[in-house]
Order: sequence, then C-alpha cells, then structure tokens
Amino acid sequence: MSIDFLVHEAADGVGVVVVESLKSGQEITGWIMKEDQTIKEKILNDIPIGHKLALKDFEVGDTIFKYNTDIGKVVAPIKKGEHVHVHNLKTKRW
Amino acid sequence: MQTKFLGYRRENGRVGVRNHVIILPLDDLSNSASEAVANNVKGTMALPHPYGRLQFGEDLDLYFRTLIGTGANPNVAAVVVIGIEPGWTKVVVDGIASTGKPVAGFAIEQNGDFNTICSASRKAKEFMHQASEIQRTECDVSELWVSTKCGESDTTSGIATNPTVGDAYDKLYEMGATLLFGETTELTGGEHLVLERCVNDEVRQKFQFFFDRYAKVVDDHKTSDLSDSQPTKGNIEGGLTTIEEKALGNIQKIGRKAPIVGCLEKAEAPAGPGLWFMDSSSAAGEMVTLCAAAGFAVHLFPTGQGNIIGNPILPVIKLCSNPRTLRTMSEHFDVDVSGLLTRDINLDQAGDSLLDLTLRTANGRLTAAEVLGHREYIITRLYESA
Repeated sequence: MSIDFLVHEAADGVGVVVVESLKSGQEITGWIMKEDQTIKEKILNDIPIGHKLALKDFEVGDTIFKYNTDIGKVVAPIKKGEHVHVHNLKTKRW
Repeated sequence: MQTKFLGYRRENGRVGVRNHVIILPLDDLSNSASEAVANNVKGTMALPHPYGRLQFGEDLDLYFRTLIGTGANPNVAAVVVIGIEPGWTKVVVDGIASTGKPVAGFAIEQNGDFNTICSASRKAKEFMHQASEIQRTECDVSELWVSTKCGESDTTSGIATNPTVGDAYDKLYEMGATLLFGETTELTGGEHLVLERCVNDEVRQKFQFFFDRYAKVVDDHKTSDLSDSQPTKGNIEGGLTTIEEKALGNIQKIGRKAPIVGCLEKAEAPAGPGLWFMDSSSAAGEMVTLCAAAGFAVHLFPTGQGNIIGNPILPVIKLCSNPRTLRTMSEHFDVDVSGLLTRDINLDQAGDSLLDLTLRTANGRLTAAEVLGHREYIITRLYESA
C-alpha cells in the first residue's frame, strides 16, 4: 500500500506528508513508524510535501507533540485534517 | 561489514583520506599571492578567506586554532603558509609543524607579491612532487574520524535522512571510530535528550555550559524570536515550523548507542574514540570548516531542501530522502535514502548504504561536492576585530 504521510509515534498530534500534490478533501493513508500501524485521514487543505497535518483538533494554547516531544504552542484553532505550520504553531523558546 | 580502507598515514599517526597540498593565506591580504601560487603549481589548492587582521583574545585563539587545525588535518600532505608579515605567519607554521608534516611560511612585507609568489611556488612544487609519491596503505575504520552536520533540513530529515546517519554512527561507534556532532542552538528543545546521553556529570555540566553560553549570545543579540533565522526560510518551506521540531530531527543524527564521551570548544580536536559534541554555529560553512580544523577526515551531511555545501579538505557526503529535492537537484547527492519514505528499505539497509559510501569515499571516491568544486572555507568569528 502506498503511504502518503508518516507519523513518528502514536502519541504525536501531527503527521508529515511525504508525497507531492495532495489536495483538500482527499482521503490519505499514513504509517505510524514506531508502532507500525496504518491509519487514514481526510485532509481539509492542500498540503505540500514535507508539511504537517493535524491528527486531532487543537485549541489556542495547546501543545503539539511530535517524536512524542513538545514542538511548540498552538496560536490559532486547528481542526483534525488541517495544515499545521507557521500560521498556527509557534515556538515556546526564544 | 567491511572494516578496512586505504588511507594516507601521516607523520603523527593520524589517517587521512585525501592528499592535498594547500596554500593557506594567513590573512585577507595574502589571498591574491596564495591563489597565484596555486595557479602556478597544478594540484595544489589555495584556501582564500576574509580574515586575520587585528583579531585579539579568544577570537584570535580560535582563528589560529582554525588555521593550524586545517593545516594539521590528515587529509593534508603539506602546507605553504603566506602572510603579510612573518610574526603570525610563524605562529601558524609552527603549529602545523608539530604534526611533523612538511610546512613552510612566506611573508610579503619587504618582498612584495612577485618575489613571494616566486619563492612560495618553488616550495609548493617541491611539496607537490613529494605528496604525489605518497601511497595509500590499509587502515582500520577505528582510525577514521567522522563528523556530521545537517543543512537546509526539512521534515524528511528527521524521518529518514538524519536517522540514517544515526544508524551509521551506531555502527561506526561499535567499530571504534571517532565521531562528532555540534550545532549548539539547533539542539534547542531537545537539549534534555543530549544531556541524557552524556557519559557522566562532568560531560553533562560541560554541555550545559556550552548550551547556556550560546543561548546567551542569542538573547543578547536577537531582535525577534529568531523565527526568520532559525529555522531558516528553507526549513520552513520544507515543512519545519519551530526550532523544537528542527532540533528533534537534528538529534536523530547521533543514533541510539554511543554515549557522549566529551564536549569540545570550537575547532578543538578530540582526545580519543567515541562520540563527541563540539560547540559550533549551525551554519553549514562554519560548522564543516570547524570539523575540518578539529581534524575530521570524512563528513556526513544530510539535507532535505538541498544544502550544497562542500569543504576544501574535508569530503562532504551528501544524503537526501526528499523526492522533490532528489528530482530537481540530483547532481548534489551521493546517497539517496528516499526508499525509507516509501518503505522500500529499512533503516538498517539505509545505514549500511551510507556506511558503504563512507568507506568508498575514504578509499578515494570523490563526493558530489568535490566534483562540483564546492570548497566553502568559512572561518567562525566570535566578535569584531580591534
């Protein structure tokens, strides 16, 4: 089965798109690397290769985990399946 | 797995994988004469750079350590140093001479460019003949010094390319090699993971000291939250969002097995085998130049969006897994591990393919950066000249 996105660990709130030209509304297939599980997700935006999709809903102030580790704070509400990037996730450092 | 390669054993016992005769300018003023000598004597290489005047204190110490370390690197067979005046020229010549390798210095004042170029060219020609007769001999991987730094990373770096370096580092560690990583600010958000890997409290405290010292540089000089600099615009284009996310991908390069046995100042050589941390900038040219000055012989450089860095004396092996980058700028890469993203290969296989290319590079295969002429020699400065 071809894989559209990868997730480091099942505890992570985001996955990474690893193919080009994914369009809003597509149902895509992901692989959770650590637990070796396959999952499906419907994306709500066009998401470029290398960029992240949300695997759950987030509110402003929530922490997002990747590698099962804190990668920053949510600064705009995010719905499951939406694009997660600099417009809605910021560093807690600096 | 193969554990032998053919390298150049130097006078001080260190093993190199290249046999360069370099023309090393002491200062910016001596670039012109150095390039003229390299043009006269085929096979030699000049290392022009913009610094070396009125530096002082710790910045001057680092400057001398960088120049001397470059000349002392086992990938270098012999060195001609050219400076505007004889005093500091002699400091660099004497530092390199402690390795036992052929080195000679020339000063321009009271000679001018013409006479300096003439006498330096005669010496460079003599060195070139000597170096060209040095034969490669069988060496063990335990004698190989390997450094790493990633650049223009994206999310595929943390998923595939950096873990490939980590797997190769685990295997090289078990073979007794000397290994290095650095990029101090680029561990921000994952510094607790580095601290956990330190072999004892003394090493942990030294790492914390270097980390805090660099964090203070950022705090003292920043005019924003650094989200326009670290992550870089290329990182962000590639899907990385925060420094924490970038750092957690970066740290994949040190694998899972080797404890961190020590922490080094910029351009400081390690004292034994195992995995070392060196305080450094995260800018590719600066970091790789510091690795060369610390004596490393091969460099592993994973990239996502396509950093094309090279170094004059340190072969930089470029690996990538991003299919768009591999398609659009393929001439820059030595190892393609995109099969990790499509699940066509596993990490053990990716690490083995990188290790195989590392030993082939040590045996003499030129890297993409070498073939394309990437010779970025970028000296780290700590502050302004006097």
